Amino acid sequence: MRSATAETMTSSDSVVEVHGLRKVYRGGFEAVRGIDFTIQRGETFALLGPNGAGKSTTIEILEGYRDRSGGTVSVLGIDPHHGGLGWKAQLGIVLQSSGDHGSATVREQLTHFAGFYPNPRKVDEVIAAVGLEQKATTRIRKLSGGQRRRVDVALGIIGNPELLFLDEPTTGFDPEARRQFWELIHGLQREGTSILLTTHYLDEAAQLSDRAGIIADGRLVALGTIDGLGGAEARIPVVRWIENGAAHEQRTDRPGELIARLTADGEPVRLEVIRPTLEDIYLTLIHAEPAAMEVSV
Amino acid sequence: MTNATIIPNGLSRIHYEVLGYFRQRDTVFFTFLFPIVMLTIFSVAFSEQSFGMDGAGHAVNAASYYLPGMLAAGMLLSGLQNMSIDIAMEKSDGTLKRLAGTPLSAISYFIGKIGQVLVTGVLQAAVLIVIAHVAFGVALPTEPSAWFTFTWVFLLGVTTCAILGIGLSGLPRSGKSATAVIIPIVLILQFISGVYLSFTKLPEWLQNVASLFPLKWLAQGMRSVFLPSTFEAAEAGAVWNLTGVAIALSVWLVAGLVAARLSFRWVRKDS
Repeated sequence: MRSATAETMTSSDSVVEVHGLRKVYRGGFEAVRGIDFTIQRGETFALLGPNGAGKSTTIEILEGYRDRSGGTVSVLGIDPHHGGLGWKAQLGIVLQSSGDHGSATVREQLTHFAGFYPNPRKVDEVIAAVGLEQKATTRIRKLSGGQRRRVDVALGIIGNPELLFLDEPTTGFDPEARRQFWELIHGLQREGTSILLTTHYLDEAAQLSDRAGIIADGRLVALGTIDGLGGAEARIPVVRWIENGAAHEQRTDRPGELIARLTADGEPVRLEVIRPTLEDIYLTLIHAEPAAMEVSV
Repeated sequence: MTNATIIPNGLSRIHYEVLGYFRQRDTVFFTFLFPIVMLTIFSVAFSEQSFGMDGAGHAVNAASYYLPGMLAAGMLLSGLQNMSIDIAMEKSDGTLKRLAGTPLSAISYFIGKIGQVLVTGVLQAAVLIVIAHVAFGVALPTEPSAWFTFTWVFLLGVTTCAILGIGLSGLPRSGKSATAVIIPIVLILQFISGVYLSFTKLPEWLQNVASLFPLKWLAQGMRSVFLPSTFEAAEAGAVWNLTGVAIALSVWLVAGLVAARLSFRWVRKDS
């Protein structure tokens, strides 16, 4: 987990500001129902949530692909609805799905795209960073799914972006490729790149992001550092043991005291203290009733 | 940063597009080689047949007779068919969405597309003419005025077809259906516009229908270049009517530009 230095910065240092964002699709489906968050310069922010929760709609509004129905959005100081080519030159976009299986080779594709940007990275460095040195002269359509995804990531960073959008970037990666990808992202973070990430892998969010927001049903149900998601309440440990053949379970923020009491009468059977994992907290949050969603910010 | 990069990026797109074109075997066959294969088949199949006399009383062979039609078909295939299917595929496979997220100007993108059509169209016409001349003994025009006509009909025609292709790319609802939607249009036009069948022998009402579309005018312009002047009498009104060719193609060019402007989107915003 990265230290949350961003908390101390002023709001003028934000790269993304979203207030009251709403999106209603034609036909009346309300995909996003009032979302607020800010991403500070140099920060990595993760948007988490189940499929269909509104993550991709939100990220595509920020990227300028979709119009919004309500609220205000500013990305690098500009409303994405009016973002021109100069604005796009500062962004790197890795879309969730990209089926274009070009007939260009990896190096040809990256060299071509590098030409669009005023200040691109070196093509061979980017190829090395995504671990495709051996495939540099292979046509992209002949690569495996995971390798093509790495080309997507390479195309996202070739322009040396100030703000990088990563929409489920590691889908289809094997575990080693994911570790390599994390290293690549840590390198970008050291260079000061701001990142908006969506992912289904909570360990990935924990590895990469300073802060995260959890979206469920078009609303932000939690927002904060990964350590603080869901607030202190969500992190209260559970003590479990078996007494007279019956299973007992008790939530307490003083597990030691409880255990001391239990052990006074002899050694309890199958005693355990369980701290909710990020996954437990996440699952609780996304299944909470809408009314109970006045959660920590 | 933007204006200065439009042309260099456009040139870079042309290179990229031409490379991509020749790496797709199906487009190379169905757009690039198709008229060449057809010319060869007609020339061989009707090699004994005479299609008329030139001014000096020499018989006009099948290759000479079909060359203008195949050049016209080549423009339609390289321009309209290739462009409309290509862009429809790029729309559905995410290529356009990816480009829309980069600082590439849409103008550079279209310079690349039209450049690709021009480069492949010129190569295709050159191969057709060389094969017709070398393999099938087609006499080529010697007067500069004929080649001047060829040049403007070709450039205006291929550009019009490319622009119309951009306009038509919005018609197929998906990349998969693109070939099924576009190829019948292209095929019917070829049959009614004097590419495979002698235009002047079609019923008059069908000639009138074909005259509404650009391919008939392309074929007519090419006939005026490559067929002996003795053939002019068979044309409608017994004239090549190059003014009509210029007007019809220009009208379609403008209509295509309007359609392209109205229908083209980097992405379908709220699908």
